[in-house]
Amino acid sequence: MTAVVLIIVQVLVALAVTPLLLGVMRQVRSRLESRVGAGVLQPYRDVAKLLRKQPLRAQGSSPILVYAPLVLLVSSLMIVALVPLITTSSLVTIPSDLFVVVSLLLVGTVAMAVLGLDGGTAFGGMGSSRHMMIAALVEPTVLMSVYALSVPVGSSTLSTIVAARGLDPARVVTPAGLLAVVALVIVVLAETGRLPVDNPSTHLELTMVHEAMILESAGRDLAWLEVGSWLRLTALLGLVVNLALPWGVAADASPLMLVLGVVALVVKLLAAGAIVAAAEVFMAKLRLFRVPELLAGSFVLAFLAVTASYLAG
Amino acid sequence: MTASGGLVSELVLCGLAVLLAVAVPSRHRSLASGAASLALGVSGVFTGVAAMAAPSATGLLLTLPLPVGTAVSPLILAPTPMGGLFSVVVGAVGAVAALYGIGYAHGPAASRTGWSAYAVFLLGMLLVTSAGDVLTLLLGWETMAIGSTILLLAEHAERPAVRPAALWYAVMTHLSFLALVIGFALLAHGAHTTSLAGIADAHLAGPTAVAAFFLLLVGFATKAGLVPFHVWLPRAHPEAPSHASAVMSAAMVAMGVYGIVLLTHDLLPRISSSYALVVLALGVVSASYGILQASVSSDLKRLLAYSTTENVGLAVTALGLGMLLTNAGQPDAAAVAQVSALLLVVSHAAFKTVLFLGAGSILKATGLRDLDAMGGLVGSHPVTTWTFGVAALGASALPVTSGFVAEWALLQALAHGDGRSDTVLAFALPVTLGLVALTIGLGLLTFVKAFGTAFLARPRSAAAASAPPEAQPGIPAAAMATAQILGAAAVVVLGLAAGPLATACAHVWGSNAAVVAGLGGVRLASVGILDPVSLTLLAIGLALPVGLLVLVLRRRVPRRETDVPWGCGGVRTSPRMEYTATSYAEPLVRVFGEALRPERTLEVAHTEADHVLESRVAFAQEVSDLVEARGYAPAATWLNWLGDQARRIQNGSIHRYLGFSFAALILVLVVVTIP
Repeated sequence: MTAVVLIIVQVLVALAVTPLLLGVMRQVRSRLESRVGAGVLQPYRDVAKLLRKQPLRAQGSSPILVYAPLVLLVSSLMIVALVPLITTSSLVTIPSDLFVVVSLLLVGTVAMAVLGLDGGTAFGGMGSSRHMMIAALVEPTVLMSVYALSVPVGSSTLSTIVAARGLDPARVVTPAGLLAVVALVIVVLAETGRLPVDNPSTHLELTMVHEAMILESAGRDLAWLEVGSWLRLTALLGLVVNLALPWGVAADASPLMLVLGVVALVVKLLAAGAIVAAAEVFMAKLRLFRVPELLAGSFVLAFLAVTASYLAG
Repeated sequence: MTASGGLVSELVLCGLAVLLAVAVPSRHRSLASGAASLALGVSGVFTGVAAMAAPSATGLLLTLPLPVGTAVSPLILAPTPMGGLFSVVVGAVGAVAALYGIGYAHGPAASRTGWSAYAVFLLGMLLVTSAGDVLTLLLGWETMAIGSTILLLAEHAERPAVRPAALWYAVMTHLSFLALVIGFALLAHGAHTTSLAGIADAHLAGPTAVAAFFLLLVGFATKAGLVPFHVWLPRAHPEAPSHASAVMSAAMVAMGVYGIVLLTHDLLPRISSSYALVVLALGVVSASYGILQASVSSDLKRLLAYSTTENVGLAVTALGLGMLLTNAGQPDAAAVAQVSALLLVVSHAAFKTVLFLGAGSILKATGLRDLDAMGGLVGSHPVTTWTFGVAALGASALPVTSGFVAEWALLQALAHGDGRSDTVLAFALPVTLGLVALTIGLGLLTFVKAFGTAFLARPRSAAAASAPPEAQPGIPAAAMATAQILGAAAVVVLGLAAGPLATACAHVWGSNAAVVAGLGGVRLASVGILDPVSLTLLAIGLALPVGLLVLVLRRRVPRRETDVPWGCGGVRTSPRMEYTATSYAEPLVRVFGEALRPERTLEVAHTEADHVLESRVAFAQEVSDLVEARGYAPAATWLNWLGDQARRIQNGSIHRYLGFSFAALILVLVVVTIP
């Protein structure tokens, strides 16, 4: 029962902090580019605005237009519920198994790609096609890097991996651990459509990937899509910071540990977001056909991590 | 029902189906013979279940009425639990496809020959799964080959493309048969028995057994459609009538996997384990090559055929992995790999049936197989759209489908193999994991492309725009829809009932690596738990508040319908501006350009007034199968040349032929005199 409560707390915290994360990232970027910025609370206002606006539906579009955003949102909520963000204790029958989490990510990816095709516009198809290509090429790195992390622990359960790293800090700075985390960072940037793979603030038609797929959505459909994608960023970034700095993650359900876990998560997440945003200022978007090279590079890192983890054991 | 009773009923029902196909006039033939084939499939399921529960010790003995003396032992029909599982797969696929065929079969596929061939094809596969000796297996194998070839040839008069496809299929399937005959002959000679159990007990070794191993492996791999023996598959599957394609892809190909299981697990386990890497490589190469070809294919049925190569490749990967892990002394992970191989076969049978049936419905309504010309079929074909969608989820291994459970088990076996102690594993595990992951990623793209371009967006051709609605009164449409819904339901139910399914697969291997845990979920020994029902409940729990919010918002801010989508301000004038399947895969063709080598032709026609102005630009792209172009085409040329040369010795002169006879006689006498 405590696990259910913990999951509810984790989901609610993630929902509350996610717009703030996006706000901080945008604000950091604005300030570094000598702009005033809209303030860190702007994403909350955006979502509220979108929920009040009227959703449109073009003739000839299918029920996918209505249901795909909801599928993305629910899959993102499930990832947030399963990934060890503020606590490493998980449900007995649904452990935070790596392969389950990855397949839930893919559910969201597929929902967005199908949505892109549903509109029947050239842009939607273009975004969908690029999105799926990147997703397909990211897949090997994801599985490989977390496999490297799972070798020393002997389990593919994310919470077990995070807990084991927290108990034995020496593991964090092993070559295998470092390489895998670097590979994961590249994966997270690609999966969540950040620079240098995709530019989240672009509306230049020919370069956009994520934005091209959601062009036809308006009102609450768009709100679900935005929140769903943001939650993916929270979950993945949260996972990476917890793997890199596995301290402060609550090991049990005592209220003190939980409060500590929430505070630790928010601090780590916002700091990581600020670093990502700051790095993005100095980066240009890669040409689409250079992205596979980046992903191949991250795959090599993950492969090296696996080899290193074998040697270390 | 005991297994023996089931076997008798299979023979009787096949006879009945053939009889009905021949006797009933064409108006009711599909219904009568299709129903009998349906019953044949169902009896295959029951026989398989009975064999899995309690394999009969002696089985059914049929004495061959052949005038060759007492040396020939009777045919033995004694399904093992493993054969029982494959019998269930064959029976279920055959039954669903027969039900679909009642509504779908038209023209030559609904002829006397068409329906007789279907029943014979089904019986052949059921014989293979229940064969207890070499002769029965080969007999079933050949029956299956003949039945499927006739079915494939059904539409040869209407479409010329059928003929080369049937030729490729017949040649490849008989090369496979030849390899099997030689391989089994070597084994039977070594073991002095033709019974499979006897060969297994003989524990054969030595160079002859190794030769037999490779011959049998090639024979079974050809039937399974593994690279580089897959060339018949992307030709034969598209050209067969769709209900036959479904059976060929979902059930017949599984016979190849059954053969490899039989070979590596029962007949020659010791030799097989020393060549485990060969089996693993065969599987991994097939999986990644198959899905790469599928992802760039624009012909829907060809795409599905390549995806079959991928899925069978994954199953064989799991088998090879199981052998490697056993060699390395990691029985727990090995058992998981073995269970995952069977899960992959079962789940592939479920979703691939539905996918081919969906392709058949599109073909029947629009005459289209080309994804580039489809689009917008969700309006006229809702049942096909949503069943195809569910099956595509299964093919992409997304939760909560049977494909998800199967690939989860395979990935777990990979992740829980320990590469630290064994140099072979240290190399094989990460490479396999990377390629399997790439396969999964490309599989997603493939099925998003197939589903999205076929059913969503706007119709890209007049045929797709004017497709008649699938909901028609009468038995045919109802039979087709029922078959599709049954298949899609199987994909989901097998995914939810992961525990019982995995337990059955483990039981068939004789291991207890999988047990039921949670709400019908599966717990794999030393690996972990997957409980799709709990996962679904969690999803429902999280979706409830979202759903309530949507209901509230829907009342406050109703949806507004617009006549055109926004499209960045570009009004959608022509459906030709949409992304097609070819353009969808274009980035992938670029990334894997070196491996795919697409052939592109670009023709620019200029206006007569000014040669700078372009009046027409034609672009065509074709991705051919490199294995076929580089491997088989030169071999075929060489064989043709050899045939030409051979013609020289036949000049029609009677004196020369008499000379040949004389030389042959001398040769025979010389051979006989050698002690």
